[in-house]
Parts: sequence; structure tokens; C-alpha cells
Amino acid sequence: MSEYPNNLRYSRTHEWFDPETNRMGISSFAVGHLGDVVEVDLSVDEGDVVDAGDEVGTIESVKTASPIYAPISGKIVAFNEDLADAPELVNDAPYTDGWILEIEPTGADDTSDLLDATLYSDHCASEE
Amino acid sequence: MTTQIHSGLLHREPPIFELSSPGRTGHALPPSEALDAEDLPQAFLRRQAPLLPELSEVEVVRHFVRLSQWNHCIEAGMYPLGSCTMKYNPKINDAMSALAGFTAVHPLQEDEHLQGSLELLFQLEGLLCRVSGFHSVTLQPSAGANGEFTGLALIKKAIDVRGEGARRRKVLIPDTAHGTNPASVVLNGFEPVPIVTGPEGVLLPDAVRPHLNDELAAIMVTNPNTLGIFESHLKEIAGLVHGAGGYVYMDGANFNAIMGKVRPADLGVDTMHFNLHKTFSTPHGGGGPGAGPVGCTAELAPYLPVPRVLRTNEGRYRLITEQPNTIGRVHPFFGNFAILVRAFTYMLENGGAGLSRVTEMAVLNANYVRSLLKDTLAVSVDVDTLHEVVFTDRDLKKETHVSTMDVAKRLLDFGFHPPTVYFPLIVPGAFMVEPTETESRVELENFVETVKAIVQEARTDPDKVTSAPHRTGVGRLDETTAARKRILRWTPAQP
Repeated sequence: MSEYPNNLRYSRTHEWFDPETNRMGISSFAVGHLGDVVEVDLSVDEGDVVDAGDEVGTIESVKTASPIYAPISGKIVAFNEDLADAPELVNDAPYTDGWILEIEPTGADDTSDLLDATLYSDHCASEE
Repeated sequence: MTTQIHSGLLHREPPIFELSSPGRTGHALPPSEALDAEDLPQAFLRRQAPLLPELSEVEVVRHFVRLSQWNHCIEAGMYPLGSCTMKYNPKINDAMSALAGFTAVHPLQEDEHLQGSLELLFQLEGLLCRVSGFHSVTLQPSAGANGEFTGLALIKKAIDVRGEGARRRKVLIPDTAHGTNPASVVLNGFEPVPIVTGPEGVLLPDAVRPHLNDELAAIMVTNPNTLGIFESHLKEIAGLVHGAGGYVYMDGANFNAIMGKVRPADLGVDTMHFNLHKTFSTPHGGGGPGAGPVGCTAELAPYLPVPRVLRTNEGRYRLITEQPNTIGRVHPFFGNFAILVRAFTYMLENGGAGLSRVTEMAVLNANYVRSLLKDTLAVSVDVDTLHEVVFTDRDLKKETHVSTMDVAKRLLDFGFHPPTVYFPLIVPGAFMVEPTETESRVELENFVETVKAIVQEARTDPDKVTSAPHRTGVGRLDETTAARKRILRWTPAQP
């Protein structure tokens, strides 16, 4: 729970973004608090343009439902179709098979507002 | 035919379709002489008979009685569901609402033929005004959430009449609120703005101050809040909100904790809903229908739903629909009348002093449970509470990995309905106990001893707790799979 991949950047609302693949998902910290995910319901389509912080959908677990926010500004280019039948991928592999959206960033330096793994780890500790 | 295995008198029961035998019926009807299928328009005839279970009357009765025996109800045992207030419903309520004078009337009869029923509505409005301090009450809304919608619609109307509808759109909602609050706000075209509860578990004026501007429509406060704590700064906060041109909505879900002690209107509240099922002992859930009357100040009264019941100078009662600024109807006819009869009965049976005593007993019972249990389970905020007390599994989970959900499920094995769990959301692993005034000291102590035994068991035999319940008709459900692979409708096995 306390280890967050170093290659990713994190939002304070617990989304991760991978600058290599442009994929985003939710962090293991968020997954731990949500419990078993039962549905990922996206409110955006491929081609939509979003701003960092925009709500792009909700994630529902047996305990609660939570909004998902775009970690960066950009264009939605893909979403993880496997989640429709297997939302448990978010629990089982939040940083790999459980990715949610692929967002093509509009700005080159768009990840500067995001946290690196160390800062994010501190941020999570303060919320615990 | 399915072979059934019963455990003593607790019956295993398959879905009713699986009990079906072709051709079996409950009643033999003579052939219809009124109509032939040929006389009906062909387009409306169905090609196949509907797939209905075929059973005899006694099979149907047994099926549903058996299923009901898997369930728990307040008439079988303690039901300490916090925030829901599962108090006992006295039988005299039902007896009064079953009087022929009430059951044999029709809402479209002339006013003159409904005088008794209209008088009851008029008097109930008056009693609710007396306990709340409001100028007027509507009995129409059919539930708490419908009441919230109605109260906010009154506020919306008042703001529109002032010509500020386009600008004043923000409604402040504390993080302890019921989930229905933001929904009611959005349905009325407002925008919910969450505000944070202070460390003592109450709302502080400083949390409101940044929002005091000409965009503020209202604040929505539950008092006491869902931590069971009295919002001691509400009067000051109401003054601030009024000073900025906004209104104060009080969610009256927990009015049962202050009834006969505090009148919301005196705290500066402009409008509030009552949950008759929580405070005035009408049936709760499942058995519905419900009622969520709304009280308001003289300023908001012209906007109340129609029809209004008025008393003429001659002492007759009339239904008035001509109210130029009314928000309209929020329910057909006059609301759920038989429920209103029950609440009226409860108020008369108790009287003013009795209603105050109900409040005192509810508060005493909750604090008794808190004082007996607080060394066993951590409390969310260590202050005196009113009608309910919120524990947390924070320490228990750290020590044993047994969670609130496990303790709740294990309580079923000892004949108690679990308390409310995981609400309010600001408390991790919340375990929210509301005993109500219904329970005796002996019963409260039984509950406390049971919780203590389960917490001890969490240390010595945690598997027993995490796999509970063991003595119910149905064991622990796989809630995750049930939510991921939803089967919402029975379908026949392929032949």
C-alpha cells in the first residue's frame, strides 16, 4: 500500500498518470479505501477534450461511489474496454490492467501540477 | 419438486417459481361471460400466457410467511439503526387509522362530507407548528426526501420572487449530511457546496463565512447532526446566512432528539421537514407509504403546496387551492392520509409533556450505550451526544483485522439488527447506534454485553466473526459478486 510506482505522476485526488503511455487510473491508496470495485462508469467519450480536474466518470465499490477526475488536460483517445466485464481489474492491478483512460496531453509540461511518488506518499500519509 | 431441508422451524425456501406446479391455482373462477378474446382488438392480445407461478393459496401464504421469518423487525427485537430511528409503532396508531370514518372516505368527496378528516389535518398541522415554532405546515410530502425537495422549492420560489433566481444558486451542505440533501438541492436547480465540520463534530461559523455573498441561496443543516451532536452554533450561523440574504433549511431527520426541548424556528430556521416515521412512530420503510411534512416561516408560507386546509369563522374546514404564489402540488390529493392519522394519534397519546419525555428517554438511552461501550469500541468524537452515538472500528481493525461490517453481521447471530454502518461518511468504519426510547434498560444492557462479547471474540476467534452470520436463514452474501454480476430477475432453467 505504501509503495507507488516511481514512473507515474499522481493527483491529490488519487489518480495516476503515466507520461510514457498517456494512460491514467486510480492509485492503490484510493483502491484500498474504495474496497471491491463493482463498476467504472465513464461520462466522457473518445475525442472529448477535458481540463485537469474535470470529472470524467464515477467509480463504484461495494461501499461507496466516487468521482474520477482527469489528472491532466487533454483529449480522450481510448478507454479500457475490459473494465465493463471485469471491474475487479482496478483492484487486482490498479497500475497496469486496471488503467481507465488514455489522455493525449494538450500541453508539453502538463504534469507539473502532479506529485511524484515520494510527495504523493506523504500526501496519502496526511490523509490516512 | 424440490426437496426442502428445513432446520427446525426455520424453513429453507426456494424462489416461488420453483414451487410452481402446472395447472395449480388458488381459486377456481367460472368462465367469463363478459368478453371473448375475439371481441378485443387483435393488436392488444398477447400471444403467450405470462409466466406466472402456479400455486395453491396455502402454498403462497406459507411461502411469504416463511420468507418473512428470515427477516428481523422491531416487533421481534432491538433494531438500533442509527439515523433511521427504528422506534416501536404503538398498536393504537393502527386502530385509529382503521376507523371506518377515515377509511371509507374518498378524496374527491365534497369538503362538507370530509369535515372530520379535514379537522384532523388542520389540527395535526397546528400541533407540528407548536413543536417546531413554525408559522405553517404542509402535510403533503410523502417522505423525508420529498419534504426536502418541497422545503427547497419554497426557498427557490422566494428567491425567484425577489428576482435573484439567476444569481443565488449555492446551497451549503456540511460533510455530515444525508445523501438526499445534495440531491434535493440539485433537483431544485441549485448547486451544492460542501463545507467541513469542525473537530468537535459541529459546524463552526468560520466554515460558513467565506460563502456569505449574493450567490448564497441557503444552508442545509441537520440538527442534531448525523454524529448525534447538537449544532450549537446554528443560531449564529443562521444569523450570518440571513445577513447575506440566504435561507436556512433544517433537515428534521433527527428532530426526535430535540422535540419538546428546542423549537427550530427559534434557532433561525426558515423551513424544515419532519420525518413522521422517525419522530412520530408511523411505519418505517417497506410497509410505507410515508410522510414528510414541511414547516416554514410566515415569509415562506404563501409558497406552500396546495390544497391548504383552512378553518372558517363558522368552524367548518375548507380545502383552498387558490394560492397565487404556490409551488403547486408535491403529492396527489392531501398526502398519505392514514399515516397522518397515526402521527396525530401518537402526539395526542403522549401529550406535550409525554413528547418531551420521549426525547429525554431517547437521549438517555443513547448516552447509556455510549458510556457502557466506549471502552470497548472507540467513539468517533468523545463528547456527549443526543439520540445516537457513532463508534468507529479504527482501533479494533488495527488490533484484530475485524471490521465494523463483521461485528454488524455477527450481531445477527444474537438476535439484534445491526446498527447503521459506514455512515456518516466522515467517520472511518462508522458503527452508528440509535436505541430510541423504545428499549428498556435490560435490553440495552443485553445489546452492550453482546457487542462486548463479539469484540472479545474478534481477539480469540476472529474467523468466527469474519464469517458471520451463522444462525440466520441465509449466511454471509458475497456482496461483491452480487454487485458485479447482477441477476435482477428469475429466469426459468432451460428445459
